[in-house]
Formats: sequence, C-alpha cells, structure tokens
Amino acid sequence: MRLIVILLGLLATLFSAALPATADEAELRAAIAKFSEAKKFSQTEAVIEEIAALGDPAAAPALNALSEGVLMVRESDGAVFIIRGTKDPLELLDPVTLEAVGSAPEDELSKVKVKNSIRRQIADVVSGLTLRASDPKVRLQAAATIFSRPDPEIIETLDAVIADEADPRVKQAFIEARAAAVLDSDLSSEEKVEAVAVLRARGGRDVLPILTSVSTSEDEAVAGAALNAISAVEENLMFWAAGQNIWYGISLGSVLLLAAIGLAITFGVMGVINMAHGEMVMLGAYTTFVVQEFIRNSAPGLFDYSLAIALPLAFLVSGSVGLVLERGIIRFLYGRPLETLLATWGVSLVLQQAVRTVFGPTNREVGNPSWMSGSFEVGELLITTNRLWIVVFSLFVFAVLLLVLKRTRFGLQMRAVTQNRPMASSMGIATPWVDAFTFALGSGIAGIAGVALSQIDNVSPNLGQGYIIDSFMVVVFGGVGNLWGTLVGAMTLGVANKFLEPYAGAVLAKIFILVLIILFIQKRPRGLFALKGRSVEA
Amino acid sequence: MITGFLFRALDRKAILVALILLAIAVAVPVSNLMLPVSHPLHVPTHIMALFGKYLTYALLALALDLVWGYCGILSLGHGAFFALGGYAMGMYLMRQIGTRGVYGHPILPDFMVFLNWKELPWYWYGFDQFWFAALMILLVPGALAFVFGWFAFRSRVSGVYLSIITQALTYALLLAFFRNEMGFGGNNGLTDFKDILGYSVQAQTTRASLFAATAIALAIAFVICSGIVNSRFGKVLVCVRDAESRTRFIGYRVEHIKLFAFVVSAMMAGVAGALYVPQVGIINPGEFAPANSIEVVIWTAVGGRGSLIGPIIGAIAVNGGKSYFTAAFPEFWLFALGGLFVATTLFLPKGIVGLVSSGFAKLRGPREADRVEETLQPGTEAAQ
Repeated sequence: MRLIVILLGLLATLFSAALPATADEAELRAAIAKFSEAKKFSQTEAVIEEIAALGDPAAAPALNALSEGVLMVRESDGAVFIIRGTKDPLELLDPVTLEAVGSAPEDELSKVKVKNSIRRQIADVVSGLTLRASDPKVRLQAAATIFSRPDPEIIETLDAVIADEADPRVKQAFIEARAAAVLDSDLSSEEKVEAVAVLRARGGRDVLPILTSVSTSEDEAVAGAALNAISAVEENLMFWAAGQNIWYGISLGSVLLLAAIGLAITFGVMGVINMAHGEMVMLGAYTTFVVQEFIRNSAPGLFDYSLAIALPLAFLVSGSVGLVLERGIIRFLYGRPLETLLATWGVSLVLQQAVRTVFGPTNREVGNPSWMSGSFEVGELLITTNRLWIVVFSLFVFAVLLLVLKRTRFGLQMRAVTQNRPMASSMGIATPWVDAFTFALGSGIAGIAGVALSQIDNVSPNLGQGYIIDSFMVVVFGGVGNLWGTLVGAMTLGVANKFLEPYAGAVLAKIFILVLIILFIQKRPRGLFALKGRSVEA
Repeated sequence: MITGFLFRALDRKAILVALILLAIAVAVPVSNLMLPVSHPLHVPTHIMALFGKYLTYALLALALDLVWGYCGILSLGHGAFFALGGYAMGMYLMRQIGTRGVYGHPILPDFMVFLNWKELPWYWYGFDQFWFAALMILLVPGALAFVFGWFAFRSRVSGVYLSIITQALTYALLLAFFRNEMGFGGNNGLTDFKDILGYSVQAQTTRASLFAATAIALAIAFVICSGIVNSRFGKVLVCVRDAESRTRFIGYRVEHIKLFAFVVSAMMAGVAGALYVPQVGIINPGEFAPANSIEVVIWTAVGGRGSLIGPIIGAIAVNGGKSYFTAAFPEFWLFALGGLFVATTLFLPKGIVGLVSSGFAKLRGPREADRVEETLQPGTEAAQ
C-alpha cells in the first residue's frame, strides 16, 4: 500500500513537474501553508481534506512527505518545506516544485506530526488525486501502476473514480486495474469470477501472473475460471505471436525484395548474371552516407530529408556504374552466362576494394531520420517504424517498377527486346541502348535499395556480399523473368525463415531455407512462376 | 582394360608432366633437407611450405577443370569439397593430439572440453585411425557430390542455375560449420595439430614429406584425369559440354556421365583439402566461403580450362601473384584479382595455355592454328 502510494506520488510529481504552473498552484501553496498552524491531529486532517478538495496531483509530494515525516515548518516564519537528508543543517525543498531553496539547522525546524490514521487518509487522498488528475495520460498511467501492483485497499477509491470517469479508455483501464486488485483481495467469489472475466477479455502477457496466482485459489469457481482464462489468454497470445512472426517475415521479405528487385530486372528480364549486384546496393548505401556527412557538416537542419535527397543520387550513382559496366564489359559477353558471372564477380571485387580504399574498411555511421526511429504497438504486435517504412518503400518501388515496365514506352521496348531481339531490332528499336538502359535501371534500383538498407544494416564494403546469394535465391525461387514471382518469392522466403527461426535458430533456419530452395529448384527448375512457351528455351 | 586406360592416359604430354611433378617431389625435399642453407640450390622451408600449399590449390583447380573444362559444369562450390576433405584430415589430426591439448583430455579435443561436452559425438569415432580418415577424405566429399549431383543432374539443372545452387550449397555449409553445436570447432575450426602418422607436423622432414606427397598426389591425379579425358568416356564428356541435348538424343545418359565426373572431381578436391590442412596447420569454416570457390574458378580460367596443365599453371601463377601482392601492395590485390577476372573472360577465354598453344601454332603455320581453334570451343551450344 505504502509503495503504491509512493509510486503514484512520484508519478504525480513527474507529470506535475512537466506541466506549467497554473492558477491552482497559488491555492495549493496557501493550503499547504496551513500545515504550519495545525497543532492538533484533527487540524492536520482538516488541512489534508482541504488539499484533497483542490484535486491537484501536484499536492502528492507534500502529502507523501507528511506521511514520511519529512514535511517541516520553519519556526522563524512558518514556511513549510520538504526536507532532504539527515545531516544538520537540513536541505530545504519547495513543497510544490521540489526545487532546493536553501538549508536550515535542525533545531529551527519543527515536524508536522502524523499518526497512522492520517497516513491512511493521505494514502487515499494521494491515489485519489492521481486517479482524478485532469490529464487523461496521468490517469491511464495511474491505472497501469495499480494494475502492475494490485492492492485491495484501493478498490473503494477505484469504484468512486470509475463512476465519475468520462473517458472510455481510462474507464476501461480503471476497471481492469480494479479487477486485478479484486483478485488480490478477500472479496466474494462472484466478484472474483467477474474480475477474472475482465482480465480474460483484456488479454496480454501481463495478466498471466495475476491469473496464475488466482488459479491455485481454494475457491473452485474462481480457480476454474482462472484456469480457463489462462488457456484462453495463452491461445490469444499464440495468435499474436504468429502475427508477430508474420510481421517479422514480411519485414525480412521486404528487405529481400529490395535487394532482389534490381536483380529481377538484370537477371530475370535480361538474363545477365550480375554478381556485382550486391555492390550496387553497397554503392547506394555509401551514397546515403556521403549525403548525410555533407548534411551534417553544412546543413544540419536538412537531416530529416537526407534519405529523400539520397534516393535520386543513389539511383544515379549505381545506375551510371551499371551503365558503364554494361557498355564496358557485359555487352561483349551476351550469350556466355558463365563468363558474365566471372567477369561481374571480378567487378564486384574491384568495387569493394575501391570503396574500402576510399572510405576505409570499417562500418560507417548512417543515421535514422527522426521520422524513422521509434516503434509502436498494435495489440500485442511491436512494430518498429523503420521496418514499417522499409516495407512500404519496397512495395512502392515494386509498384513503380511494374508501372515502368507495363505502361511506359521504355518498358515496352525493354519487353520487346527481351522477348524477341531480332524482331524488335527490325521494328527500329535500338537494342544495344535498350540493353544498356535496362541494365542501368536494374542497377539504379539496387542503389535505391542500398539507401533503405543503410537504415537497418551496417554500411561496410561487405554490405553487398551478404545479399547477393539471398537475392539470387529469391529471383530463382520466384521464377526468372517475372516481377510478381520476385514479390511472392521474397515474401515467402522471409515469412518461412521467421517461422522456422523459433524452432531451429537463425542460422539453422537459413540453412534449412537454402536446402529447401535447392530441392525446390530440382523440382521446378524455372521457379514458382515460370514463363511458359518456347522463349525460355532460347 | 586398366592397361588400356593407362596406355591412353600416358600420352607423351601426360608422361612429361607426371615426370616433372615426380622430379619436383624428389628434388625440392632433397634440396631442402640435404643441402646446406648457404648452397645456391637450397630451397628454404618457408618457400617449400608455400609451394606445397600452391600444389594443393593446383590439385583443387585440376579437379574443377575436370568438371568445368571438360564437362561444362561450372561449380562455384568446389571449395566445399576441399574444406570437407580438410576437415576430415583435421579431425584425424585433432585426435592425434591426445593428452597434449591445453586441457589434457585424453579423448576430447580442446574445444569440446571448453564447450563442456562430455563425450565424443558419434561422427568423430574412427578418426583416430589414419586409414579411416583417409577413407573419409574420399567418401565424404564424394557422397555429398553424389547426392547433390544426383538431384541436380537428374532434374536437368544446368548452366547458371547449377552454378548458383552450388554456391548456395557451400554457403549453407559455411553457416553450418560456424555453429559450435556442429562439433567442428565453430568459428575457430580445428588447429594446434601436433602429429601426423606419429611425426611432428612442425618438423622439417615432415614438411618435406608432405610436400613430396602433395606433388605425387598431383601427379597421380593428373594421370587419372588424363586417362579419363583421353578415354572414350572423355570424348562423351566433351560432347556433353558442347552439345548436351544432342548427346542425350544419341542415347547417352547425360546425368550419369555428369555425375561420375562430378564425384571424381569432388574426391580429388577432398584429397587436396586433406593435404592442405597439415601444411597450413588450420582448417576453419572460412574455407567454405563462396568467394574462395569462385577464386578457384579464376585460377582455372587464367591457366586455361579444357586443358589439364592449364589449371596447375593458373593456380600457381595466381597464388604466387597473390602472395607477392598481398605482401607488397595489400591495397591492390583485390583490384588485381578483379581485373584478372574481367581481363581473362574478355581477352583470354582460353587462358595462358590457349595463348601459348595458339602462339606455337602460329609459328608452325596457319593450318595448325585453325586446328587449335576447333578443339577448344566450349559452350557452343549455349551460345547459339
């Protein structure tokens, strides 16, 4: 009981300190000052009543101090202080703001006397004060405090505030807090069964210990209800855990999608094995780093826009590297996939070493803009904001790419060239340039992926290496030459991975997925969504 | 039949290479052990150890060349077979440590004592016997290659897809061997070896013997490969490389042919790994890294695939370059290696050997040059 009152008091202090001084403060000070005149217990009780009537949670520290016997009156002028420390002279704190206002020798101060009945009265008043605080946040917090440390003595107070509460959310929290308190009390079993029902409806991990302690109760009706409630709550939690896994899976899938989507163009549509694809992602991440460095040094106010600035730049950087790569190397190797693989691997080594030489081998710091940090809860789901943005962003990139392929002239030419090169050429399409720009597009998208991945991964020269095998797996699994396949492939692999993790551990889950894909390719060598017809045989 | 195999295997070129390798196997250890340090022909121990390592790489490259150069299977996972052979040897060497480990446990290797394991896992049984380890060096990579190849070739996974799933294979093994629970020493791998067959691995004579053993193993592998390549089977192998569908239509079981070559190659890679481990004194999961396997491909490509001597030259040349570069200009090694990948594929599709033989052919006359061109045209079917 004492503890909870102190907690509530602290809470009140916290919030009252944060709030600006109000007109009430003067009234409160006047009321507290009356303690100096209270010589009898009955007078002290009257002052407490008066303070309670003001209904200001800022009174809590003073009342708690009174309860603890550290509320003192300076004999010279009758001013009231909370004292801190036991050494003479004692440190004086303002009873409302708790600011240090000086010190005084012990014999110049006299204690406001209390007895146990007054302490009880104070406890009720203090909890009443926070539960009746004008700010609904304070009231919710108070309810949560009671819920986590249920106390039967507070039930009456709760009953009173429940009747008066207007805000439905706060009211519900009060009812749940009351239920927790009821289960800890010696009230009738009907009341308890009802309380169990309330907690069962609330659900969540934190009702389990309360229910577990009740389930051993001698009262069979209560114990039975509690056991039922426990299994219901656990079932519900499992459902949420599955939901959480799906969310993690989608989140991982979106990362895979980002990494693989550029490859779906260069490998999937063009059939070029680009082992330097991971390095295009890495270049995008380093572009973000450079942009942020520049912003930190010259325009710190723009930091929240750094990613928006980095996106087009990363597209241009990786895209132009891709363009040079295609014109300089890959175009000589069309029709020789194995040689393309080796040459682009060589390029990836060169790019890695180049980045290592310029930026150093260690991880570079890329910050999260403020709108990407933090997290929030939906039911029992914990969702971090940056992951949410990455999921949204990956779907956005996917949609844009799909539009470019299906609705633009360039997309049309691209599809024409990949489907039937000689025919496209005879229709007047400059096939070499379509090749070059298709490759540049795929590389540029890898760069954009790098901007997003820089937010959740270490930006180091090895960044791309970690994604290359996964990306190929996604594209091959989803089916070459099919963007939707890439989407489904990425999400499937992500979710499957996260569902295996709790049973097998992260590493084994990954190995398991790799083995599954290897087996899958045996069964369907062309992936989930294979292109039908002769074109694939060419 | 075996004499026929040997007869075809030992054509003039193969005899020459095998003899050179055997001569090296004798001459280098003799010079290292017998000649005084001041003698101009003395081979210092560290050079011998370095070249011993290169020879195991050459054996690995030769193994890869058998499947890539002659059968058209670009395996990006040959490092996995190499590492498995190495682990089998490492397990034997670990068991030989006995009570001389840090914890002095008579049976358990140090890392198991450290991880609080109470008894030896079942798959470590038998590795205290050299014959068993030697068998495993061949069988484990061979079995993995058999199972993997059985599935892959039967469902006609070929070309780039096969390359990528071989890469995934070695990547999966890399992740697996990093786990302490696997019982292979986790991150640190197996090291601190003391004895091999009763001789200290640090002793100069043991090092010389290991060098000789590696050179001899390479010579034997060369003769075996030469035999395979020059046999009727070898002709079919090249058929599969150049026109897989046509070979199948004629009536050959392409998947069986590929599987045989793949398994033989994996076993050779395992032997290379087993010889590598006692010479460098450690085996860890890093050997499974996909990048290592791809590097083997570049040794083979630089030397010249589709010729048996090419990968040996390539492995020694590239690794010699690597040793030099990483000591002299550590920054530039990856640039050089990357450049090598690009330059070889663009300008030297037949590698050093192709360059030399076409050079010779030009000296002899234009008709010879055409003939060389004809014999070395891998992947024509894919190009069409």
